[in-house]
Amino acid sequence: MSLVFAGVCSHAPGITGRKHMAARDDVDTFYAALDGMRSALEASKPDALVVISAEHFANFFMNNMPAYCIGMADEYYGPIEDPQWLGIARTAVPGNADLSRRVIQQVLQDVDVAYAEEWKFDHGISVPLHFLTPNYDLDIIPVNINCQGPPLTPLHRAWAFGEALRKACDAVPERIAIVGTGGISHWPATPDSGKIDADWDRDFLDRWQKNDKQQLLAYTDEQTWREAGQGGFEIRTFIAVAAATQGLPARVDYYRPIPIFAVGCTVGTVDLGEVK
Amino acid sequence: MSLYYVQKLLYELNRDEDLQTQFFADKDSVLADYKLTEEERLALTTPDIGLLYILGVNGQILMHYAAMCGYAWPEYIQAMRDALEKYGNVRAGLYVTTDGKGAV
Repeated sequence: MSLVFAGVCSHAPGITGRKHMAARDDVDTFYAALDGMRSALEASKPDALVVISAEHFANFFMNNMPAYCIGMADEYYGPIEDPQWLGIARTAVPGNADLSRRVIQQVLQDVDVAYAEEWKFDHGISVPLHFLTPNYDLDIIPVNINCQGPPLTPLHRAWAFGEALRKACDAVPERIAIVGTGGISHWPATPDSGKIDADWDRDFLDRWQKNDKQQLLAYTDEQTWREAGQGGFEIRTFIAVAAATQGLPARVDYYRPIPIFAVGCTVGTVDLGEVK
Repeated sequence: MSLYYVQKLLYELNRDEDLQTQFFADKDSVLADYKLTEEERLALTTPDIGLLYILGVNGQILMHYAAMCGYAWPEYIQAMRDALEKYGNVRAGLYVTTDGKGAV
């Protein structure tokens, strides 16, 4: 089989944790967009959901930091954050070690990915799952791209990783959904939290919608840090999804800067064409 | 300067509920395992979230620790802003502010 669904969404902890501090219309419209994403995901009848995220030191630290890692367990757990602070209860989340093993084996043909038989989720995965699989009844394959602790993997390698992941999805019989999750411009966990450059975001999303490889890979990290903040490094997750769906157009279903969520809140879907 | 170990301690704490229990019952018993300066030890035990930010603790590590210490979101942001006034800009790492003040 291959991909039956592909998309991107934001994952900032404020989305759930600071819901009560946000304007009603911001919450209603963004949550509705995420509900729409869940409906589309469910309609695609996936056997597993690959979540490409940028975790925040829940599993990986600077003593042994993989550029890329894929989970290989039958069960995960999260969130690590205080449940009240994040607004998400701690829970076990199903995985599929056998499927992960086959995907990892294939990805290794092209990219030296690490694997992990233990994985605790943080908001980077727990927030998307809260909306996309709220009953935790779909097997998850967590994927991490190090976007937090430099040196970071170059953007062209994030593209190569996305390509490798797609080849792996094509090689297994299961129906695979893939969601990339990260912020675009944002300055999270700083006194600048809430600052968002909507023009920068829209320009990036335009490149993403067009699946314009050259333009997506044109950023330098120095430019991204200066113009789009520390959080901007998470564009790697969107780029990996673009690579996994290269040649296909996508659409941005929702984009709105919501400062109390500390990110330009985004939902996007790739047009995979007819998938049976 | 042992920023690496400050961050490593916070990383371990953030992801380990048992260690959190031990830490808040007896901080010294946990801190003994890490090479820290006196300034770092004080910032951790007070806790002085603002000073930890200035020392260069990655924001994604510090945010979780601030929440664990009971900081409400506005208090956490304010602690970092106050620390910029008190100590000057962040001394190391990615989380230095672009303008040395905090733009919002």
